[in-house]
Amino acid sequence: MGDRQTGASDEAVRLASATLEFGERTLWRDLDLVLRRGEFLAVLGPNGAGKTTLLQVLLGLEPLTGGTALVAGRPPHGGNPHVGYIPQSRPFERDLPARGRDIVALGAKGERLGLPFAGPKTRRRIDGAIASVGATAFADAPVGELSGGEQQRLRVAQALLGQPSVLLCDEPLSALDVAQQEIVMGLIEGYRRSAQAAVLFVTHDINPVLELADRVLYLVDGRWAAGTPAEVFTTERLSELYGTCVEVLRIGERLVVLTDTAGAVCEHHPEASYLHEPKRG
Amino acid sequence: MGYLQYPFAQHALVAAALVAITCGLIGPFVVMRNMGFAVHGTSELAFTGAAAGLLLADNAVLGAYIGSLVVAGLIGVMGVSDRERDSTIGVILAAGLGLGVLLLSFYQGFAAAATNILFGDIFGVSDRQLLLLSAIGLGVAVTMVLIYRPLLFASLDPEVARGRGVRTRLLGVVFLFVLALTVAGAAQIVGTLLVLSLAITPAASAQRLSSSPLVVAGLSIVFALVAADGGLFASLVVGTIKPSVFVAGISFAFYLVSRLIGPALTTRRRRPPSPVEA
Repeated sequence: MGDRQTGASDEAVRLASATLEFGERTLWRDLDLVLRRGEFLAVLGPNGAGKTTLLQVLLGLEPLTGGTALVAGRPPHGGNPHVGYIPQSRPFERDLPARGRDIVALGAKGERLGLPFAGPKTRRRIDGAIASVGATAFADAPVGELSGGEQQRLRVAQALLGQPSVLLCDEPLSALDVAQQEIVMGLIEGYRRSAQAAVLFVTHDINPVLELADRVLYLVDGRWAAGTPAEVFTTERLSELYGTCVEVLRIGERLVVLTDTAGAVCEHHPEASYLHEPKRG
Repeated sequence: MGYLQYPFAQHALVAAALVAITCGLIGPFVVMRNMGFAVHGTSELAFTGAAAGLLLADNAVLGAYIGSLVVAGLIGVMGVSDRERDSTIGVILAAGLGLGVLLLSFYQGFAAAATNILFGDIFGVSDRQLLLLSAIGLGVAVTMVLIYRPLLFASLDPEVARGRGVRTRLLGVVFLFVLALTVAGAAQIVGTLLVLSLAITPAASAQRLSSSPLVVAGLSIVFALVAADGGLFASLVVGTIKPSVFVAGISFAFYLVSRLIGPALTTRRRRPPSPVEA
């Protein structure tokens, strides 16, 4: 992709001692993280832990209060062509005067000054992106009339139009039913494989991405833990992270994190050092 | 028909055309961004500015421009967020309109001047003022062409736009000023009370006919042009009725027709969702 960075060319995101504080409140401190191209990182944590804010830092919308961040080898800045962004699936207004393809077309340098005329080459790219998410049949319908899943597929197409090497996703599955979640997940995963893109995926539930996540970043109350899902999703590690009794249960294929379990099943002292216990096969 | 040979009529038609183009350009964004009340607010305060201009310098046009810019500044400073905006505008509008009435009560000049501000009097506008009107209209059109794409991004999908580096807040303020200048210009033709007939109705009609932003923009400009110049022309022919009556009438007719035929044009585009091929 014409990446002129040497040595670090497969490094999509690097955070070194990254700290973010709002006044008295510390979202996270001394966060160290390297995300390479082709890797899938799930970012988890309770509400208000700073998951979305982490994305905003990487998008260049929020400055760090300490440490450094690099995205595709450079400090975060708005309009970075290497970065694709898929927001929460908040629905478009019903009577919004735009078709699905207009939303996708915004991904073709929609931030540049001028009139939004697309040349034949760009139009072919837009058509290609629409086809790649299976949206050809409804791309010309008013976007506000489409279902949540259809709208989110168009947002994926918009984000992928610029062929980003880093894909930042902010709970893109929320408000979608399970079938639609699988479709959208499949599109993101397909792109990661074909383009060797790094995916940073903020989610409140590990389960839809459990099979895909190479690594997990878990943020809680200023603290963080990172590792493979098997390393992070243990009763010991999460109890230490939360500073209280937390139980990780495996129910069938699903992982369930129970917080505030009244201590009854908490076998480990929260302060006890944890052991890496990779259980997942 | 003979009227068209007179320079005053030609100048008025040209100025009206420029104002209409700017109205047609900003209209879809006014609708997209739910800023109808902002249009109404700035035009009411263009009235206050015009009254002040009349009283202090005998120049209602300049006063209207200054008044609307002050209002845009106030709205920009006091609250651009959607929730805040409407209440801010309501507060400023009420206070400003009261001030305008007070100013007019001090005015000792030509009695029709007040109604001319409210209902428009393009044929009474001097050539120098028409030049000002046209120059500002041109400036607004150029600005709109420049910021069109990011403004569209920010209006359709603000969250992603921010993520992609669009400075949505700055654009919002710029648009507020562009809107204020457009509104003050339109007020010269249809009056401050009927500005919405050029700033909203054409765009609202266009939206009934298409979902493509570019088609909507094009139709909105055409509707505004036909309404503005058609209205002026009709008023020239009839003579005793103000142009604003015809402008508002033509504009509303476009809207009625669009509402009638719109559903047939747009629902057909909605096809049933298909299963994914991927």
